[in-house]
Amino acid sequence: MATLPSKPIADDVSLLVVLIDTNPFFWSTSSSSLNFHQFVSHVLVFLDLIVRLSQLNQIVVIATGHNTCDYIYDSSLDTDQVTGEGELPALYSFVLQRLEEFVDKDEKLGAKQEGLSEKRASSLLSGSLSMALCYIQRVFRSGPLHPQPRILCLQGSPDGSEQYVSIMNAIFSAQRSMVPIDCCYVGSHNSAFLQQASYITGGVYVKPQHLEGLYQYLATVFAVDLHSRSFLQLPRPAGVDFRASCFCHKTTIDMGYVCSVCLSIFCKHHDKCSTCGSVFGKAQLDAASDRKRKASES
Amino acid sequence: MNNSEKKRMNGEAEEENEEDVEDEGRDAWERTYTDERSWEALEEDESGLLQPIDNKAIYHSQYRRRLQSLSATSAASRIQKGLIRFLCVVVDLSKAAGEMDFKPSRMAVIAKHVEAFIREFFDQNPLSQIGLVIIKDGVAQSLTELGGSPEAHIKALMVKLGCAGDSSLQNALELVHDTLHKIPSYGHREVLILYSALSTCDPGDIMETIQKCKKAKLRCSVIGLSAEMFVCKHLCQETGGSYMVALDEGHFKELLLEHAPPPPALAEFAIANLIKMGFPQRAAEGSIAICSCHREAKVGEGYICPRCKARVCELPTECRFCGLTLVSSPHLARSYHHLFPIEPFTEISARQFELSRVASKTCFSCRESLLTPGTNKAGPCAACTKCKQYFCLDCDIYIHESLHNCPGCESRRITPAAASATKS
Repeated sequence: MATLPSKPIADDVSLLVVLIDTNPFFWSTSSSSLNFHQFVSHVLVFLDLIVRLSQLNQIVVIATGHNTCDYIYDSSLDTDQVTGEGELPALYSFVLQRLEEFVDKDEKLGAKQEGLSEKRASSLLSGSLSMALCYIQRVFRSGPLHPQPRILCLQGSPDGSEQYVSIMNAIFSAQRSMVPIDCCYVGSHNSAFLQQASYITGGVYVKPQHLEGLYQYLATVFAVDLHSRSFLQLPRPAGVDFRASCFCHKTTIDMGYVCSVCLSIFCKHHDKCSTCGSVFGKAQLDAASDRKRKASES
Repeated sequence: MNNSEKKRMNGEAEEENEEDVEDEGRDAWERTYTDERSWEALEEDESGLLQPIDNKAIYHSQYRRRLQSLSATSAASRIQKGLIRFLCVVVDLSKAAGEMDFKPSRMAVIAKHVEAFIREFFDQNPLSQIGLVIIKDGVAQSLTELGGSPEAHIKALMVKLGCAGDSSLQNALELVHDTLHKIPSYGHREVLILYSALSTCDPGDIMETIQKCKKAKLRCSVIGLSAEMFVCKHLCQETGGSYMVALDEGHFKELLLEHAPPPPALAEFAIANLIKMGFPQRAAEGSIAICSCHREAKVGEGYICPRCKARVCELPTECRFCGLTLVSSPHLARSYHHLFPIEPFTEISARQFELSRVASKTCFSCRESLLTPGTNKAGPCAACTKCKQYFCLDCDIYIHESLHNCPGCESRRITPAAASATKS
């Protein structure tokens, strides 16, 4: 759009988009000391902290389910507020109510599908990342001044390899718009996708060792706005693994062969690419006419 | 000389030939008032203040037309795209480049946009390489070798900005042919010529050179800054490139950036090959090694070639000692959206939207209201053909130009059973 670029309101005003993982397959089988209720209570206190840090801070919460993703809360919409019930402040009761509705909807959508026997059931992270990025673009368009956006992924589910291309697309788009993707990973093994996301976009990746103190990790690492991060010693990634996995065995390799047409990675030399069907070493036209000849002969 | 004087009198150099015939005496800026009546497009709101002209609808229709033409060419079957490209950018720095019809001068405008183009090119084609060539005083010189680092090219270009002498298309083509002849067979050879002059001073027969380039499978495209020339048109037609003439600075930028995404590859041009590549790991923090690019000792951050264990500073690059191409998996992933493009969304008029009786009248991805502000009527929007969700026009543009993921399709889980059911 040929509009004037909008400037950040101030150094310390942030727009935080939180992506909460509600995948029931992960939370029901998680062997850690944190169950879903405790996790949500840590996150709610953290959201309250962000809101209190500055009057102009905005929060958006998007839930990442197993079968769908949806917006849970948007702090810029005042009319959605429900009055607080008893001891709980309005923010908490509203988010809890919406989360319950979302988990029910997610379950209903899953019940329609049969024969789902996935050992490592992943959540739809690419969907919620895409929605978060579209929302952030809307904020950039909204007016001459905008808060500084960033994305925080609270993820526990393992990576779904079918989502690799979509997640990488979202990461590159975030890098272009200069939106850091932070991650607090509460699952068992490190998530390679989210480590790459944080590295490429300039965010922070943390896998807390003591999950009972999750709120402390959130408050000390992720509550700080982007400008003040330059004054802090934030956790640095130990080693981001950028090695590729080969398409035939899914093992990570140091050196491999890449098809020049479709960029698929193989560990051994092949005669034909299994993804795009190009025959190596021959000009494409010759290969195609060879195939036609063989088909007409047989 | 005559040409430039006439251009300065007219006030705007870039005009189609047909318009010159009609209004001889009037300048282009005068014609926008007499013919197009630009003041009638202005609107006032209730308090009498001028409202900004709603460019949104115009912008979006332009965008949709561009998208349709792109998808029409790729049709149903997936057209192969040349992902590993070796592109030579030829910049014409003859006397004609000093013309002031582009402000401040053609040369300055070219330099500025070539810098943006180089960055965009490496962003979209991380495995490709660019080489810069300039034409000055009738000779073509190679400014930078074919390489993959944007900073080196930009720095070299900014230093050498002086225009003089004649332009020679044949010398440039000969030089480019010699440079691109040596590259491996799986790479796509392309040439982009930014031509400001209206003539070419050649030492021999340029038609022979054009045939030589055609035989070497070079795809030559030209962007002209002054007027259409037959020799450029012939060159582009013979080699399968595109020839466009820029009307003004904005148009020039658009034409230049159109060459950044990979063009459709003609099947016989490149031979598919398995390229051996290395995926280096990051060096351990605090390790000290002498890096192979700068020949000085460096601490920590760098990558180690898996074959010869030399340290390199950045990726993608070619190891200086063993010649292995070193990339990281995100570099390959940057090109995947060209291989798996998303389909354009269908445009939904306001009436269709109201008839569809959707529950929430908000865009699925950004939750902005789809109703025109101030009224209860729906504005135009777009819908995805696969997941049937509605998106606002701005999200449509963002999704197709930058994100390359449909949020609606990504937020659905398709089981293999359902997927095969839809396919059959």
